[in-house]
Amino acid sequence: MKKILILLLALSLVIGSFTGCSKSEDAKTDDQMIVGFIYVGPIGDGGYTFAHDQGRLYLEEKLDVKTIYKESVPETQEVEQEIRNMVDQGAKAIFATSFGFMDYVEKMSNEFPDVAFFHCSGYKSTDNMANYFGRMYEPRYLSGIVAGLKTKSNKLGYVAAFPIPEVVRGINAFTLGAQSVNPDITVEVVWTSTWYDPAKEKEAAISLLDKGADIIAQHQDTAGPQQAAEEKNAFSIGYNTDMKDMAPKAYMTAPVWNWGPYYVEQVQNVIDGTFETHAYWGGMKDDTIKLAPLTENAPENAQAEVDKAEAKILDGSLVIFEGPINDQSGNIKVADGSSLTDGEMLSIDWFVEGVIGKIK
Amino acid sequence: MIESFLYSVIISGTPLLFATLGEIITEKSGHLNLGVEGLMLLGAVGGFGIGFATSNPILAIFGGAFVGTLGALVYAFLTVSLRANQVVSGLALTIFGTGISSYVGTIFVGKKMPEVIIDFFKPFEIPLLSKIPFIGNILFNQDLFIYLSYIIAISLGVYLYNTRFGLNLIAVGENPSAADSTGINVTLYKYVHIAIGGALCGLGGAYLSIVEVPQWQDNITAGRGWIAIALVIFASWNPYKALYAAYIFGGLNIIGFRMQNLNFSQNLLDMLPYVVTIMVLVGSSIKKSKNNAPPKGLSIPYFREER
Repeated sequence: MKKILILLLALSLVIGSFTGCSKSEDAKTDDQMIVGFIYVGPIGDGGYTFAHDQGRLYLEEKLDVKTIYKESVPETQEVEQEIRNMVDQGAKAIFATSFGFMDYVEKMSNEFPDVAFFHCSGYKSTDNMANYFGRMYEPRYLSGIVAGLKTKSNKLGYVAAFPIPEVVRGINAFTLGAQSVNPDITVEVVWTSTWYDPAKEKEAAISLLDKGADIIAQHQDTAGPQQAAEEKNAFSIGYNTDMKDMAPKAYMTAPVWNWGPYYVEQVQNVIDGTFETHAYWGGMKDDTIKLAPLTENAPENAQAEVDKAEAKILDGSLVIFEGPINDQSGNIKVADGSSLTDGEMLSIDWFVEGVIGKIK
Repeated sequence: MIESFLYSVIISGTPLLFATLGEIITEKSGHLNLGVEGLMLLGAVGGFGIGFATSNPILAIFGGAFVGTLGALVYAFLTVSLRANQVVSGLALTIFGTGISSYVGTIFVGKKMPEVIIDFFKPFEIPLLSKIPFIGNILFNQDLFIYLSYIIAISLGVYLYNTRFGLNLIAVGENPSAADSTGINVTLYKYVHIAIGGALCGLGGAYLSIVEVPQWQDNITAGRGWIAIALVIFASWNPYKALYAAYIFGGLNIIGFRMQNLNFSQNLLDMLPYVVTIMVLVGSSIKKSKNNAPPKGLSIPYFREER
């Protein structure tokens, strides 16, 4: 009797924990195509994965397809299982949204040549596996303008995740944006070595505010740093999604993802049979990324300055990483008249002048 | 600078303190509960949910503790009544708690604590005590939840070492059959203290979701429950020592932000909490004494018939 009870309890625990993981929505009609999404974090992060999921919802709204998704998939072999599982359920297109999924997706793309794979933020591709990402540094530059106009102490704080090119590029673009309206600005950086630890990232932001920064920008997937600014009566720049509800007194704007249009375009291609492998690095002109609307916390003249710079970026007259740019010790890194290539930007490992902090 | 750092240390150590106290009281009853992470997440979602629904800060605290208790009772039923393996049951509880909290949490995505509650947990000064130079501002200019953690830590210490019930509990954890033969209701003691332990772990999670980051973030504990289990050994099962253990680890967790530009390697700083854990484990196993040994009955199911 006891054994049966134990078994039943264990079973109910297991089933209970499954309900949190996987869900597929709506009944499927026969001719609907199935599109799978594999997320690295929970949709509830209110950040990176949330933004991808907004793209998924947009896709469902625009096209007559059924989507399935799986949250919090670790960057391990489990990715392969999830892909197999989704293919079994009939998925014809699969989006995998984290860098660490890359090798597993590549392997699976060879195993299932009839399925179109899309991998976010990596650099590998095969005949049926494309990679895609966004030029987040463009809206980061714009957010730097807002912060540069707002600051009184001329000291901005940046809560950074890991010392990898994507993050370094963002910090540099933010700094250049801020300096474009106020050359005296310095940006102090702290590394948290986390993508997702709200409490720790909040503490990191507080340490910057204690050192005299009055604006906080961030690169993690949580709103912890926003909370720090809100509590300490400072101002903040978010990331990933519009965070104005999280910190109504502090939040000014955020560089955000807008995956919907890309997802719709690509899934339509798969439906039409015109899918081709590619490496996509979408910019503001493709509408993949943008700056979220400014709130009333932003300074008055910010909107005009942002619009001006945005127009210049769109028509190509403003190139963000265009020389002359010095590094932290004042050596010329990008000569006058030249600018960084995509390859150089993707492997950038130095800070521009005005950034306080080290890349280890 | 040092003062503002130490001030943050208290905040960062508080969730760890609650969870460590919870696990101490659980282990004192002879039960190794590896479900702390799950219980914290249950408490986080319970406290947030009830706070969000009622806008009542007191109910929110109770909500966190109550949901933590429920989770712990499942564990107690499995390990006390059914005598299931404690390690496996605890791990199942972690998976269970994580799953439930993110499932229930989907309703709260992007939601913030009501302003009433945030205001209620604003730091305030305790008269006289906050005037003590240096430590006054650090210790006694905090929020209500943190004062609650001081009170709980000290009263648990008094309870454990200075009351009959506490001493009975120690007896149950050390040698349940001896305790049984003196007429102590072993099963009841185990149930009650596992439940209290669950409530405290729940409070630790609730502190994160109600006060520290007052908005819903999935998996908000980010591994703190596991650190708490290690801290129990660090504190050698003593609630008073849990105070400094939690604050040391809270400090190690955030010291990196304030030392980054002093030519310290970031990687070494990130390693610190774990290096310290290993050193403490080595230290405590070299220096064996009655005072820092685990309860003898820890993780051994108690069968009355086997006496």
